[in-house]
Amino acid sequence: MNGEAIKKERVAAVFVRTVPPQICPGCQYWTLGRIFAEVLQELDIYGKTIGIVGVGCHGNAVSVLNIDSMLSAHGRAPDTATAIKRLRPDAIVFTIQGDGDCIAIGAGAFIGALTRAERLTIIMCNNANYGTTGGQLAPTTLMGQITSTTPGGRGTTGNDGYPTHTAELAAIFKGVAYSARGAINTPANYQRTKGYIKTAFRKQMEGVGFSFVEVLSNCPPNWHLSPLESLKWIEEKMISEFPLGEFKNVDRIE
Amino acid sequence: MVERMLVQGNEAVGWGALNAGCDGFFGYPITPQNEIPEWFSREFPKRGKVFVQSQSELGSINMLYGGAAAGFRVMTSTSSPGWGLMQEGMSHIVAAELPCVVVLVQRGGPGAGSVRHAQMDYLSATRGGGQGGYKNIVLAPASVQEVHDLVQLAFYLADKYCNPVVVLSDGIMGLIGESLEIKIIDFGPLPEKTWAMRGRERQKDGIARMIHSAPGVAPSRGYMNYLTWLEHMDKKYRQMADSEVRYEMYQADDAKLLVVAYGYPSRVSKEAVKMARARGLKVGLVRPITLWPFPIQVIRDKAELGCRFLVVEDSLGQMVDDVRMAVQGRVDVGFLGVQGRHLPTDGGMILPGRVLEEIRRFL
Repeated sequence: MNGEAIKKERVAAVFVRTVPPQICPGCQYWTLGRIFAEVLQELDIYGKTIGIVGVGCHGNAVSVLNIDSMLSAHGRAPDTATAIKRLRPDAIVFTIQGDGDCIAIGAGAFIGALTRAERLTIIMCNNANYGTTGGQLAPTTLMGQITSTTPGGRGTTGNDGYPTHTAELAAIFKGVAYSARGAINTPANYQRTKGYIKTAFRKQMEGVGFSFVEVLSNCPPNWHLSPLESLKWIEEKMISEFPLGEFKNVDRIE
Repeated sequence: MVERMLVQGNEAVGWGALNAGCDGFFGYPITPQNEIPEWFSREFPKRGKVFVQSQSELGSINMLYGGAAAGFRVMTSTSSPGWGLMQEGMSHIVAAELPCVVVLVQRGGPGAGSVRHAQMDYLSATRGGGQGGYKNIVLAPASVQEVHDLVQLAFYLADKYCNPVVVLSDGIMGLIGESLEIKIIDFGPLPEKTWAMRGRERQKDGIARMIHSAPGVAPSRGYMNYLTWLEHMDKKYRQMADSEVRYEMYQADDAKLLVVAYGYPSRVSKEAVKMARARGLKVGLVRPITLWPFPIQVIRDKAELGCRFLVVEDSLGQMVDDVRMAVQGRVDVGFLGVQGRHLPTDGGMILPGRVLEEIRRFL
């Protein structure tokens, strides 16, 4: 076998479907699952990684992985992960959460973990709406975006507030070692985002501090777009509101 | 050598947890239980154990959810408003079938209520206060020694049934100082926590674990559909109800009236029973140690012999419903509640003289 074939086989060992698929056509959460599989394999940590899933479709990115995992209560994944990491410091503990899970219902848990500078990695999927429940207003919904609870578009008829920038928010906490935002709508963005997620896990392995990556992801049915159109919408609408890149990257917190 | 010391009920929680091999404590400040997290912050880190001050009681209970899922002995403590916040997490922990211990030092309610003693969380503690309906064992200590002993029993029962256990204290049990004998209690062997998350490479069978609280969405603990899982839980609750009833009887053999009380009012009531006996009145005491499962049978048996009951609890009446259910209308059940306090302020207590007065009126 050549190097590429070996790599594919080893990734396959991590990337195993353990529950029935629960995603819609064109959804990127299995793509994200693929990134996790590659990163955990390349860092050789999948055997000691514990994944905590929030409530939402994003759980599919972890339920396809052959790792120890659990489902937390809605918004409480940072709390659940905190206890596991404190009690088992040599494990690599990460959460995957949606935007609503992380920064709406779970804002208190998220800020609490940032404040305590927990050695955790949190991956937040931003798809600008509540996908699981049928496409309601999320903290990340764009201005003017139509959702099932902003039928005229966010901000057009009532006080719906403004999009929340979670990666920038995380970066201002002293205990945060790494905060970045990526997208997976193009091959180039896929590679860059994979790099962000890998760096985030490295920060935890090195014990530097809290690490956070926000991933822009699509939701074709609730956006009422085809899968391909949804990737274009990320490129044209989302990235201008949510710029990609690293917002914090330090090797030591003093 | 027996080690004895003078400690508060709240501190006895810590010694009990230490003797139970507790690995981690997660808590949030709230009166009147602040001595508990303070004790753990002092005593746990220096022993290599985990103490985390959470950002809220929502945090504490969900930290227990994680710590228990990873196979560790974990606990929290709180008072009544914090207990309200924990209900969601309790329900998830029951659904995921995980063991943990919650010490609830009750204060007055509802709402912010008062910051001093009361017994107003009996129903939410014994009836599964969170979503969906569930059962959990509730242990009620009536001395500092018993706080220490029951915390150890709570960890054992939690592990035995993979279910949370509540230790129901109150503001007075938490703050009184009494002599405590520090001892490790051996309750016997427990099965290995083979279901716990450790990281796949540490699993003996090499199979990844998945723990969740949605048994209706995905198979849980080998139960392939929702109904078989619910039947399994029903069986588990029945087993607890059949095997774990604990109570203390005092002067009950020839009693024509039995006072029923738990926590601080049981101490007060015992005093009242002694005073009544000195006056030749045939009065005894039943002190439930498990509030769920409630000692229904012993109360029903006494009722069948014609014995009447007086419930003394520091609330508007919660446990009294369980006693009424136990006697099934056979005999009278009297009630002395929060209205029997000696002062109208939050510092008011039900005192032995008042209980005696009620006993005499009843007999």
